[in-house]
Amino acid sequence: MSETRPILEARGLVKRYGQVVALDGADFELYPEEILAIIGDNGAGKSTLIKALSGALQPDDGEIRLDGEPVHFRSPRDARRAGIETVYQDLAVAPALDIAANIFLGRERRRRGPLGLVLRLLDKRAMRREAARHFDELKIGVQSMTQPVEDLSGGQRQGVAVARAAKWAERLAIMDEPTAALGVKETRQVLDLIGRVRERGLPVILISHDMPHVFELADRIQIMRLGKRVAVVTPQTHTMPEAVAIMTGATRGELEQVLHKAEPEATE
Amino acid sequence: MAFFSLKSDRFLQAQNLSLVLQQVMVVGVLAIGQTLIILTAGIDLSVGTVMALGQIIMAKLAVASGVPPLQAMALGILTCVGFGVLTGVLVTRVRLPPFIVTLGTLNIAFALTHIVSNDLTFSPLPSEELFFGKTFSFAGADVTYGVVLMFVLYAVAWYGLTQTAWGRHVYAVGDNREAARLTGINTDRVLFGVYTIAGLTYGIAAMLLLARTELGDPNAGQTTENLDSITAVVLGGTSLFGGRGTVIGTLIGAVIVGVFRNGLTLIGVEVIYQYLVTGILVILAVAVDQLAHRRRA
Repeated sequence: MSETRPILEARGLVKRYGQVVALDGADFELYPEEILAIIGDNGAGKSTLIKALSGALQPDDGEIRLDGEPVHFRSPRDARRAGIETVYQDLAVAPALDIAANIFLGRERRRRGPLGLVLRLLDKRAMRREAARHFDELKIGVQSMTQPVEDLSGGQRQGVAVARAAKWAERLAIMDEPTAALGVKETRQVLDLIGRVRERGLPVILISHDMPHVFELADRIQIMRLGKRVAVVTPQTHTMPEAVAIMTGATRGELEQVLHKAEPEATE
Repeated sequence: MAFFSLKSDRFLQAQNLSLVLQQVMVVGVLAIGQTLIILTAGIDLSVGTVMALGQIIMAKLAVASGVPPLQAMALGILTCVGFGVLTGVLVTRVRLPPFIVTLGTLNIAFALTHIVSNDLTFSPLPSEELFFGKTFSFAGADVTYGVVLMFVLYAVAWYGLTQTAWGRHVYAVGDNREAARLTGINTDRVLFGVYTIAGLTYGIAAMLLLARTELGDPNAGQTTENLDSITAVVLGGTSLFGGRGTVIGTLIGAVIVGVFRNGLTLIGVEVIYQYLVTGILVILAVAVDQLAHRRRA
């Protein structure tokens, strides 16, 4: 469909757990500067696919390519080193640490010269400054970088997690149900933020159960069923009921009924 | 403090305060290791007996086995570090809860202390082993080198915890271990380091204990030190749930515990009632921590 090469792609991924086949030859492509949503019923294989792409598990068969090069992630650390950051639904932040400390957690900056090299002294000011600039760019409103994350609302906390991923992801960010634990208003904040992350040129893989959000935000939607990719649709070509019909495996007849009903709206 | 100074006119004299500090130094140094462990949401019940073992090894080797004093001290410290390494391995590799591991090492160290010593005490100690009990005059009071060493160790611990990435990782591991792991922190290495460093502080505390009591005693360090080190940490504001607290708070907590015991002694409270009161004190402090935790959640 596009001349551009995918940033990340997978061919024929298979993952078995004993008798259960979680991935049954699944394919996947993510193109530059897009939000690709992955939807599917429980057990359709979307979280197994995401785990394979983020290094949390190793597929039994198939190939993953990053910028055209085959990669084998043995751990999330490998994926992170390759420029893939993941945001999880359950607020993976350290609540007692402040915002700047969370943004730089595991990637702390030290002072230049012997203070940093020998005494390992942190450059707290530089980290605060850089975190504040990053938050400004992403238009996340917080009072101060020295606020402990636990003093923030749930939406702001997830904002910190998204901002951290956006800061360190050199290739792409994976958002695994990022709003599942949030209220309506907070979900709005995080969705807007994900939109701004894409505007800055970072491709995003979004896993969500929430169809209206998926249709609002995604450029393309990959529909998973029984461990396979069954379709890739866009919000322009398909309606929500059509996507749900494909997702739940409606029969061809049922599907055509849905398509037929939807047609007058789609042509307008 | 005001209470004790009214009850006993000796309490506020510089000399008595420096005595309090000398009594505090052993628990104070133990409490540094305990703070690190509690910050990672762990606990160490073996501090007192591990220190006792280190102390008896230092004394026996130097007094009865003819080992040069400095080597004897090094071996005693190494024994304590060894216990830290053992606990660290069991907690990170075998994934046992620190509470159970250190309940086990408490008994192992206790038994080894009595086996190694044959229930004998060792003295006179060589002058090297008494160095940290020696005093110099400062502001009209006698200060021991051991007290100075304690303050130095607190300064180092403060620096490590607040000014380095390692310190942040210690807090993060106690605060949200999974989140710490997901950001790429090697949480097992942080935990292993914490238990090993804690073992080192117990070894140093053993050295200070020896210098203060001037005697290698198999029954030393086995009664009040465990509870006092935990009391100092919790009174100092460190949460047993991990991730929150400061080493400076622990120093203040250790001094409060020391003042408390010293004051109780000065006004003539029997030792057995001191146990009673300290037991109540630690439960109160933990209850406050629990309430604060519930409010945050």
